[in-house]
Amino acid sequence: MSVLEIRDLHVSVDTEQGAKQILRGVNLTINQGETHAIMGPNGSGKSTLAYAIAGHPKYHVTSGSILLDGEDLTEATVDARARAGMFLAMQYPVEIPGVTVTNFLRTAKTAIDGSAPPIRTWVKDVRTSMEALRMDRAFAERNVNEGFSGGEKKRNEILQLELLKPKFAVLDETDSGLDVDALKIVSEGVNRAKSNTDLGVLLITHYNRILRYITPDFVHVFVAGQVVESGGPELAVQLENEGYDTYVAASAAAAAAIASAEAADASSGAADAAASVSPTVNA
Amino acid sequence: MSNVAPPSQAEQKPHTDGGWHNVPVQTRSERFGSVDVADFVEPTGREVDWKLTPIRLIGDLISGELDGSPFDDALTVAQPVDGFALSWIDRTDVRIGSAGLPEDKASANAWSHFDQALAIDITGKQPSSEYVVSRSGLGTVARAAHTVITAAPNSRGIVVLENSGDARIAENVEIVVGEGASVTVVTVQQWNDSAAHLASHFAQVGRDATLRHIVVSLGGGVVRVNPSIHLSSPGSATEAYGLYFADAGQHLEQQVYIDHEAENSRSRVKYKGALQGEGAHSVWIGDVLIRQSADGTDSYEENRNLVLSEGTRADSIPNLEIETGNIVGAGHASSTGRFDDEQLFYLQSRGISEEEARRLVVRGFLAEIIQQIGSADVEERLTRAVEAELTVV
Repeated sequence: MSVLEIRDLHVSVDTEQGAKQILRGVNLTINQGETHAIMGPNGSGKSTLAYAIAGHPKYHVTSGSILLDGEDLTEATVDARARAGMFLAMQYPVEIPGVTVTNFLRTAKTAIDGSAPPIRTWVKDVRTSMEALRMDRAFAERNVNEGFSGGEKKRNEILQLELLKPKFAVLDETDSGLDVDALKIVSEGVNRAKSNTDLGVLLITHYNRILRYITPDFVHVFVAGQVVESGGPELAVQLENEGYDTYVAASAAAAAAIASAEAADASSGAADAAASVSPTVNA
Repeated sequence: MSNVAPPSQAEQKPHTDGGWHNVPVQTRSERFGSVDVADFVEPTGREVDWKLTPIRLIGDLISGELDGSPFDDALTVAQPVDGFALSWIDRTDVRIGSAGLPEDKASANAWSHFDQALAIDITGKQPSSEYVVSRSGLGTVARAAHTVITAAPNSRGIVVLENSGDARIAENVEIVVGEGASVTVVTVQQWNDSAAHLASHFAQVGRDATLRHIVVSLGGGVVRVNPSIHLSSPGSATEAYGLYFADAGQHLEQQVYIDHEAENSRSRVKYKGALQGEGAHSVWIGDVLIRQSADGTDSYEENRNLVLSEGTRADSIPNLEIETGNIVGAGHASSTGRFDDEQLFYLQSRGISEEEARRLVVRGFLAEIIQQIGSADVEERLTRAVEAELTVV
């Protein structure tokens, strides 16, 4: 059984004003087959978490680690992480001029498996997955994401998820910009991958909507670069009704506490202060 | 087309009632042409056909003395192939001047200086039979050359002009395609980094004949290949393809002119290029003229550039002049796209290594042109050459 562990992850991002700290000690453990939803307001660092796990060069892990089955991936290249079994369904998939979907899928599958897939079964697998995602066959000969609508791009992400069969997938706001029908189709694709390969999912979203189709085992509230509360699916319903306001306010108070703690003791007190604030949120 | 030069550009008198003599020629059909280098004024770098070319690097080729002697030592021809013949011919040979007229000073300079022309005759009937003429090691002395390719009526075949090694050369290549013929002319530039090569290709395509013309520029410091293809007979057609890969410091240019003179003529132009490295520069200018006489014309031109790194520049200028509304179609397209870090991240996030990601993108992009050549040998060699370009960063 595979397990993905995020341990005390601190991540900064390069900006024009210099490095900016976004993640401030994220802890998460995801077992294979589990679905974890990360919910939080805009700017809380949800997408940063997704990119950091995938290894995007713009995001720097300043401390903490990412472990897959005990193997430390924190310093691994982006492609090595993917070959180890990680997958990121992107919020904004980019266009790749000159590379057809067919060619791209085959190249990726070959890279991940270490050998080319057997042609006959592979062609059939691609076709079956495309049909299940209601993608026209003509897509296969189009360049990756070139001229795709927002919904088509998201389907193309899930198509890759189904075919590459990773151990863990991070879905970064895969639900954004989808109408109800597309949301259902995409969710069905994720659920198929879960049941076929016992996929572990880290589902990042703003809204409860997608959780009606992909049932989470755990819901984590993410504010100011940290998980501030964890619970079951009922937590998502509560968030839907009450919003993030209480968490944001508590987080601001915590930040103030950190600032004063730092002012008082400029050494290593910051992390402790943050940890001590979290339980008060649960109360 | 007449071989008689119109009045010299230098002798043309400006109007006396204003500064209008500096107004550039607005229509491609009225561009000045002459075989005599003295008829052209020295380009300043502001002219429409020179403004994107580094003329300071090629002044000797534009207006200097050129060695016009035959270059047998540098010439290699694959074994005799049925349906093809090669010979040196005199300046007075009737074949010379039958396909076009120089429209820039470098072209006229080459025309003024060549001693003998290389004649390649296509008489065969096998579409897939190919004739490879290679030039290698032309040296560093500025040269002039002239080539005349003549395809007999109803002939078939592929001529490949291959270029490598050192060179400083200005040249003209005439291509006359006889009635009902269907031939392919490929010119491949894989010169050394310091080479300079200015070539004008002039083609006349006969009745119901087709010319497939393919320019592949990979190596050389300054390489400028300008094909002018005249569809002067009813039913004449051309497919003009180009592929270039500009590395750091390389200037690769092509000015393509398709002249639809006759009715029911058809043209397709597709040039694709990749650029990588500081100072890599590509220029594509595509002029299509559909004359009043060219009813039923069907024309489309496009240029696509793929930018692989910072510090490169791709100029892409499609021009379409239409003098009759009675046509089947006319269109153009141009795009210049980047292969950037986000694309690399995307491909890598699917397990593909950085090196393979670049190869995948460039190979996919350029394969479309390579596949048009129709010679398995040449296609394979060029695919390898393009991949070799990728490893030079």
